[in-house]
Amino acid sequence: MSTETTDQIAIDRTRGDFSYPESHLFDAGTGLTKDTVDYISRVKGEAEWIREFRHRALEIFKSKPMPTHWASKDLENIIFENIRYYLANGQKPTRSWDEVPDDLKRTFERLGIPEQERKFLAGVEAQFDSEAVYSNIKAAVGEQGVIFCGSTEGLREHPEIFRKWFGKVIPTGDNKFSALNSAVFSGGSFIYVPPGVKVKHPLQAYFRINAENFGQFERTLIIADEGSEVMYMEGCTAPKFETATLHSAVVELVAMKGAKIQYVTVQNWSANVFNLVTKRAIAHEEAEVKWIDCNIGSRLTMKYPGVVLKGRKARGEVISIALASDGQHQDTGAKMIHAADETTSNIVSKSISVGTGRSTYRGLVHIPKHLKGCKNNTECDALLINSKSRTDTYPAITVRGTGNSSQHEASVSQISAEQIFYMQQRGLTEAQAMSLSVNGFVNDLVRQFPMEYSVELKRLIDLEMEGSVG
Amino acid sequence: MRESRGAQHHLENEMKSLSIKNLRVSIGDKEIIRGLTLEIPKGEVHAVMGPNGSGKSTLSKAIGGHPDYTVTGGEVLLDGENILGLGPDERARKGLFLAFQYPMEIPGVSNANFLRAALNARQPAGEEIEATEFYAQMYAEMDKLEMARTFTARSVNEGFSGGEKKRNEILQMAMLKPDYAVLDETDSGLDIDALRIVSAGVNALRGPNLGVLLITHYQRLLDYIVPDVVHVMVEGRIVRSGGKELALELEERGYDFIKDDIREPALA
Repeated sequence: MSTETTDQIAIDRTRGDFSYPESHLFDAGTGLTKDTVDYISRVKGEAEWIREFRHRALEIFKSKPMPTHWASKDLENIIFENIRYYLANGQKPTRSWDEVPDDLKRTFERLGIPEQERKFLAGVEAQFDSEAVYSNIKAAVGEQGVIFCGSTEGLREHPEIFRKWFGKVIPTGDNKFSALNSAVFSGGSFIYVPPGVKVKHPLQAYFRINAENFGQFERTLIIADEGSEVMYMEGCTAPKFETATLHSAVVELVAMKGAKIQYVTVQNWSANVFNLVTKRAIAHEEAEVKWIDCNIGSRLTMKYPGVVLKGRKARGEVISIALASDGQHQDTGAKMIHAADETTSNIVSKSISVGTGRSTYRGLVHIPKHLKGCKNNTECDALLINSKSRTDTYPAITVRGTGNSSQHEASVSQISAEQIFYMQQRGLTEAQAMSLSVNGFVNDLVRQFPMEYSVELKRLIDLEMEGSVG
Repeated sequence: MRESRGAQHHLENEMKSLSIKNLRVSIGDKEIIRGLTLEIPKGEVHAVMGPNGSGKSTLSKAIGGHPDYTVTGGEVLLDGENILGLGPDERARKGLFLAFQYPMEIPGVSNANFLRAALNARQPAGEEIEATEFYAQMYAEMDKLEMARTFTARSVNEGFSGGEKKRNEILQMAMLKPDYAVLDETDSGLDIDALRIVSAGVNALRGPNLGVLLITHYQRLLDYIVPDVVHVMVEGRIVRSGGKELALELEERGYDFIKDDIREPALA
């Protein structure tokens, strides 16, 4: 199947598809060389060890082939020489929206970020192209010792915590795109939650691409110390440009003994964005990590959030929803690496393919022979909307040893013409009928989301279904 | 002026009906409805009875606008307006309701959400019905149909018994308040208690503002919902119409006597 379609749907036309003229003080130019990396490192005023880290990563990136032997051939359409790797204005992230430059503030206001912050968030970081322009945490949360800032700031001001965990969950050479990110990373969030602190409201980051031919490479590191709890949410949008845009993040989570991390993503990139993200967590003894991952936009998304269950009784969970519309390919899944006794993991994946959209589930579950009392549950359900829609499932489950178990269920269903007729006969338009069915299909998962996000997701599905009916 | 307004008023009154004129419907190459004419004035209940394969269900699907049924001729007029060019949802919003013989299951969509979405689809753009009012109304209608409150949170028809599905159809009809309703084999799959409840539900909705086309194979349903007029459908046409006693005659003598009736003159 060709992924080179012409009439891709811009997902959320009403909100994400706009851009402001660019005026960047710092621009690394197009193409990727050692000089590009040096430029980024110099502009950011980084320590020598980081610059060396970047150089090593660049070498690894160049030496690794594209993973097209198993992944989509569409990856070959990424022209690394045409991409701009760093765009920023040199300003430090402000603590107040009033100090954010007007055009950037307008962008985030249109996306509703300051309003959400007032309503239900404990802290917000807003990244525009390469750097955060706003970063603030509510005073009460900061007073508990919680650190929430951009990765640039985190590296500079908290090197003792940052360096200890940075690149330890996801090594540079994990894959070609984690190496790319390691070479040119900029932005992303750094969070540290001290022992026993339970952050009641979510921390949120919003990633915005404004520039064409641009690559966004944020780097997020979250450390929840013993017995602490935190929920982090990220949203992303970009305008729909004629040319491809690359988003390649690396996200590392560390949940210390008894800590809980929930990481929620609502990805709504426009249909020209290659979204190639590596996300992994380490869960220590009795820790819990839950990835909630919604992929609605992008041209090609490849993302398999994982949990390394390192301590006894650690628990990992991936809840994912993918919606692949005309011309889109959502290649998503989960990885659960059991590395201690009595660890449990749960994967629930639901995908919807619309028109020529294609969704792929890849799941890796590994329970080695020497472990005892480990459990995995995997469910993946696919919904096909049209006869042209496509779905593939590639589960790789290895369970060895006695007393370990895995349960795997998969289903593929299609919205029937009779169901649509039934709903239309009650007065719903075809788009409303499809939207209702799709929302019904993901309903049991969406109920686990924070309310504000489930409302947003429903709205996005409605818009998407509207666009899919000719 | 006064006269013409009077004439207009008279005309409107006259047009208050679901009128099917010389309708022809095919599925693929096969013609199922072959020139059927039928008029259900608003406020009346008409039963269409017929043997299996006479085209009864095709008639209901074609009136509703199912895309698999091709209308090759004739008209379906809703209060004088031909609705054949409209999509199924437009027909529904104009006041047409179909109670399905086999109601569809919609996994993950609660009955309450489904009904609200259907009601909201009838509101002017940007407006929604008020939640408390909606629930009050829904609970009142559910009580009439002896439905438990837990029903609202269950997915539409998913895992429902035959009786629950049919009750749900009547609940939707009560909530959507159509001008014309086509009830397709509403009695099929019902035990005697469910039949009583469903029939009571339909009878409660009878009145000057509703026209009903009751499609059934058996006379049994007509003991509970007494029709104003009975039509007999054979091979895609109405071959006889009469009062409710026609249904009893059919019950007694079977459909064959009518088939013989219509074939003989055709052969002669």
